[in-house]
Amino acid sequence: MNPLISVQDLRVSFRMSKTHTAQAVKGVSFDIPANSTVALVGESGSGKSVTAMSIVRLLPENALVDARSKILYNGRDLLGIPMQDMRTLRGKDISVVFQEPMSSLNPVFTVGEQIAEVLRIHLRLNARQALDRTLDLMTEVGIPNPKERLKSYPHELSGGQQQRVMIAMAIACEPKLLIADEPTTALDVTVQRQIMELLARLQARQKMSILFISHDLGLVGEISNQVIVMRSGEVREAGDVARIFNTPVDAYTQALLACRPRLDARPRRLAVIDDIVNKRPPITEQRVSLPPTGPALVEVKGLRKDYPLKAGLFKRRIFTAVKKADFSLYKGRTLGVVGESGSGKTTLGMMLTRLTDATAGSIMFEGIDLAQLTPAQMRVYRSRIQIIFQNPYASLNPRFTVGQILIEPMRIHRIGQDDNDRARLALAMIEKVGLTREAFGKYPHEFSGGQRQRIAIARCLTMKPEIIVCDESVSALDVSVQATVLNLLLDLQEEFGLTYLFISHDLAVVKYMADEVLVMNQGEIVERGSSEAIYARPQHPYTKQLLSSIPRGLACA
Amino acid sequence: MTTDLSQTLPRSPGVWAQAWTRLKTDRVGMVSLYVTLFFITLVLLAQMGLVAKDWQKEVGTPFAPPHFVGKITDGSQSAVVDSIAGPNVDISDVDPLAPRYDEWRERAAQFKTAIIEKSDTLPFGGDQLGRDVLSKVIKGAQVSITVGLAAALFATLIGTILGAIGGYFGGWVGDFLEWVYNVFTAIPYILLVFALAAVLKSGPLAGTLGSGVWTVVIILSLVGWTGIYRLVRAEYMKHRSREYVRAAEAIGASHGSRMFAHILPNISHVVLVQLSLHVVGFIKAEVILSFLGLGVPIDMVSWGTMLSEAQTELVLGKWWQLAAATGFMAAFVTAFALLTDALRDALDPKLR
Repeated sequence: MNPLISVQDLRVSFRMSKTHTAQAVKGVSFDIPANSTVALVGESGSGKSVTAMSIVRLLPENALVDARSKILYNGRDLLGIPMQDMRTLRGKDISVVFQEPMSSLNPVFTVGEQIAEVLRIHLRLNARQALDRTLDLMTEVGIPNPKERLKSYPHELSGGQQQRVMIAMAIACEPKLLIADEPTTALDVTVQRQIMELLARLQARQKMSILFISHDLGLVGEISNQVIVMRSGEVREAGDVARIFNTPVDAYTQALLACRPRLDARPRRLAVIDDIVNKRPPITEQRVSLPPTGPALVEVKGLRKDYPLKAGLFKRRIFTAVKKADFSLYKGRTLGVVGESGSGKTTLGMMLTRLTDATAGSIMFEGIDLAQLTPAQMRVYRSRIQIIFQNPYASLNPRFTVGQILIEPMRIHRIGQDDNDRARLALAMIEKVGLTREAFGKYPHEFSGGQRQRIAIARCLTMKPEIIVCDESVSALDVSVQATVLNLLLDLQEEFGLTYLFISHDLAVVKYMADEVLVMNQGEIVERGSSEAIYARPQHPYTKQLLSSIPRGLACA
Repeated sequence: MTTDLSQTLPRSPGVWAQAWTRLKTDRVGMVSLYVTLFFITLVLLAQMGLVAKDWQKEVGTPFAPPHFVGKITDGSQSAVVDSIAGPNVDISDVDPLAPRYDEWRERAAQFKTAIIEKSDTLPFGGDQLGRDVLSKVIKGAQVSITVGLAAALFATLIGTILGAIGGYFGGWVGDFLEWVYNVFTAIPYILLVFALAAVLKSGPLAGTLGSGVWTVVIILSLVGWTGIYRLVRAEYMKHRSREYVRAAEAIGASHGSRMFAHILPNISHVVLVQLSLHVVGFIKAEVILSFLGLGVPIDMVSWGTMLSEAQTELVLGKWWQLAAATGFMAAFVTAFALLTDALRDALDPKLR
């Protein structure tokens, strides 16, 4: 049987300046058969999105596609046809769903108008017919009360519903191929599960093909028939989904499968790409939690945060982000906080570091209530409770060298005798987090995401903190990098006896890192307990729902 | 002996060094940079009295045309009637003061009257008093460019500090500054300039600022800071909630340090571009003020006063003063504006 789309020797490079080009895709070939789901998996910079966007020719201005490249669809080379023909193909035969539903929908039109527009352009339906078809589509993608939702603006819908609207637009003309570019990455796990089920159902019903792009191997295992693993612009391994998961040949694929923390095992350290490439035996020794000893280091009682919202001209409504949180931190242990977006988990961490002031409640630390201190009094305690932010690209000042970044906190807290001494300490920290001495004089933009997160960790360590709040600290990192950073955090915890408050939406990561877990939902702590207990015997329905939403790769499919 | 450890390690080029490398590849930008530097050198030389010191000397005949035009012999050039030739009539026998003739002759000999050879043509022509237009335009450049740069510096300083405070703290401080801003922008520009000129030049505060140039600088900067304030305020509001600023707060950095050590370097390119845009604007504003007679004092010369003089001369067909002033001004302003453009391109941080 002829494939639907055949990508042959695709090479794409980007013009960076007059003289310099960077190659993003280096000779990629694969077929997409009709009526099947093909997954393109890779980390950031692997060229997976560029490959997919080449099919619909939605590349940035400075992209250069090599003349030898071919993308065949119905015997025509899509790279060679005129733009006019391409435009009629897009949306009709081949359609795309993007990552960010909020920014992909036009905020000034109702969702009904936006779906109907596709129908009018491609199928030349009149207003009446388009409206009827829009209603059908919205019902099909599972939007509740489609008649009312027709007149809603995008911001009135939740993220999951927005993505459903995007999918409705994409399937409006019954395309042969649907390109889904990380369609669930911006969504919560429970919503991700629903969208995945919707896509699988639509694929079966409409007999279309889906090119599913994702960084998460576990997720694609559930719905795809074939998997293509990409790394730095090359196909590392391609094949049937069962073969990829059961007998991966390529070391990189093996590493991707091994790097993710698993729910059923808790090795002392996670395997990293380096281990697998060098064929080191996997670590089987299990990590044991330190029992809580002595009095609690920090005791939080009745912590609450209210935000006043404007409702109307003079009315104020109060939105409570965190309702009455109680927990204790013990030295050397990790308290995990899981929840979806809007659950108040980040606000909780911010209040502990006093970057956000609590509305009510107390944070007892060495007999002093941190919540009551003035900003000036708090400065003394700043060094002892530190925070590592989510986005390593944003949390380092781009105009400071790494050396300046590390010396500044030492200067503020008068650590070290002079700048020379501080530079020596900074260099020691740079080496401690696994970077080379040359990093000292470099700027943050010269480092990758994982390296930047190491710099952020080093900055915290310069102040010799006792408590570190990790606010989604590894969520922005690629899976393989995530493992190395998590291992580093564990090493440092052992060496310095650090206490972590580990906040994440990623249940597998929290399960691996935390000794004790809090589950948060809409500002409330709905369940708490030891990490094993919560994952083995969840009590609260919300926890159960969260756990069942975790992608489990092939095993679940 | 302690060797400074941080000095021994390699250091990556900073943002400014990179911007300079990028600017060097921009041919238009480099040419404008050279032109601008040439003018700045001229200003410095004039300031030190090395060029155009004698701009007030009447070195040519009134309205002496430029060299390349040559002497105009239509008689209109000289208003002085030639004295009648021939010996003076001797009246010593009837003059009662005749005995003192010798005494006077002796005393007159003590004074040297250097008769300046008034040239018929000057390099760029002369004005109605016969002053060299080239010297005048250089001296005028000194005043105009100094005023432009100083006013832009002051305006940027005011705008940046107020914008930083307003954008960073927000709340009632921000609201208060917004009110100040609104009051300043609500008054028509020229009216505000007139009002300030009235207060500073002839009102109770007259004379407190010394020479007239500084009054113009103060007027322009007090009127011109509002645009910079708005931009800087918006940038601060944007950066205030960025994670790197939160991270600085988490390590215990003070408000001042966060405002000026962390955020300011990240928006400095915006400030710099605003600064150079305003230099151009203020040079033009000074010209307008001097043209209206509210600018530099009468004993000084600027491009504005030259243009003001030129309007009457033009009726007489003496176009060279106008040409010299506009030519110099156009060259500098264009070069500076192009340089600003090139700077903006070079500083555009693709680092983030």
